[in-house]
Amino acid sequence: MSSSLKIKELSKKEILLAQGHRMCQGCGASIVVKMVMLAIDKPIVACSPTGCLEVTTCISDYTSWKIPWIHSAFENAAATMAGVETMYRSLKKQGKISEDMSFVVFAGDGGTYDIGFQSLSGALERGHDMLYICYDNGAYMNTGIQRSGATPFGASTTTSPAGSAVPGKIHQRKDITRIMAAHNIPYVAQASPSHHLDLMRKIQKALSIEGPKYINILSPCHRGWRSKPDDAIALSRLAVNTSFWPLFEIENGKTRVTYIPKDKRPLREFLRPQGRFAHLFQPENEWIIEKSQAKIDADWSALLAEGACEAIEE
Amino acid sequence: MKTKIIDRSNCRPVITQAGNSVALKTGSWRSLEPVLLKENCTNCLLCWLYCPDMSVIVRDGKVEGFDMDYCKGCGICALECPGKKGQKAIRMRKEEKE
Repeated sequence: MSSSLKIKELSKKEILLAQGHRMCQGCGASIVVKMVMLAIDKPIVACSPTGCLEVTTCISDYTSWKIPWIHSAFENAAATMAGVETMYRSLKKQGKISEDMSFVVFAGDGGTYDIGFQSLSGALERGHDMLYICYDNGAYMNTGIQRSGATPFGASTTTSPAGSAVPGKIHQRKDITRIMAAHNIPYVAQASPSHHLDLMRKIQKALSIEGPKYINILSPCHRGWRSKPDDAIALSRLAVNTSFWPLFEIENGKTRVTYIPKDKRPLREFLRPQGRFAHLFQPENEWIIEKSQAKIDADWSALLAEGACEAIEE
Repeated sequence: MKTKIIDRSNCRPVITQAGNSVALKTGSWRSLEPVLLKENCTNCLLCWLYCPDMSVIVRDGKVEGFDMDYCKGCGICALECPGKKGQKAIRMRKEEKE
């Protein structure tokens, strides 16, 4: 039985990410990690590949983690955690350890969509009992906002700068949640910190299932998104309400949409507050918004068709 | 701010002191500071949940104030505060520094 997710109850729990981390003011990743760890009851062993979260939580000789946490290289966080989990199973078999634990990877989109992809795919295929969390801020923010496989179509980054040559990123982002689901693992979900109850329920559900689990969580980055420092939650809410970031889960191949916006907003409302999309509002780039909107509408309809019978309205 | 001097001799690949980053006080980054207006606070604790710097102090389910040693002044708490009857319980103001 999982513990209560009422905020009042949660506020009695210790937050396992310490103060003094060096994440930017208003960082979404910190909020995501905090919520994930608040939802977990068992002792946690975590691992992070290189990324914003890693560099800001382990500045030489200091750590913000109050749990055993390993920094692995950019490309192998999933392999590292797979090794830890295998060791744990062996120790348990030998009777040297008896406690139940949760094995969690916190990786950014660069370490998930691109560089860590092969190790993640392998770990899922081998069926390790672990939860892989991707906090998706849609670019390599830590090294200076370079485009990644997660960067949305049309977004301006330092390696896809909007100008006369290109109107921002000219490729569509990977649908990583679907790619993970195609590994036929028991649980895959997408969540957003603006819908915290939904997020934490998904964490608890994932950890109640044995085997590999993957959850993709939107993590606003105002430095990279060129927005305001206080809008991490507001923007993630807009991402959900415009269906840019639909909330759903796929459990044993069965899709369920976990939140249907009462009033689905046009994509422009999500794009407008972000400087990385400012150029899209020039007349010559209007087609990018229209193309993105058409894709989002098509994806949303397809998702609803797949999971509509199970959908609940909150 | 005084922090420990780190050189090669005391820099190790394993940090055994969990959560020792509390020695790094990030409050100095702040230019705006949150102000709590208790009369408008319903203790929904959304500010506590959304604070990226664990700087909202909650005791017995009630918001007591902010930990200014670590608050970076992002303003998420003020923006997300639902308040009471449309009156927010947190507002941001420019911080006067000595």
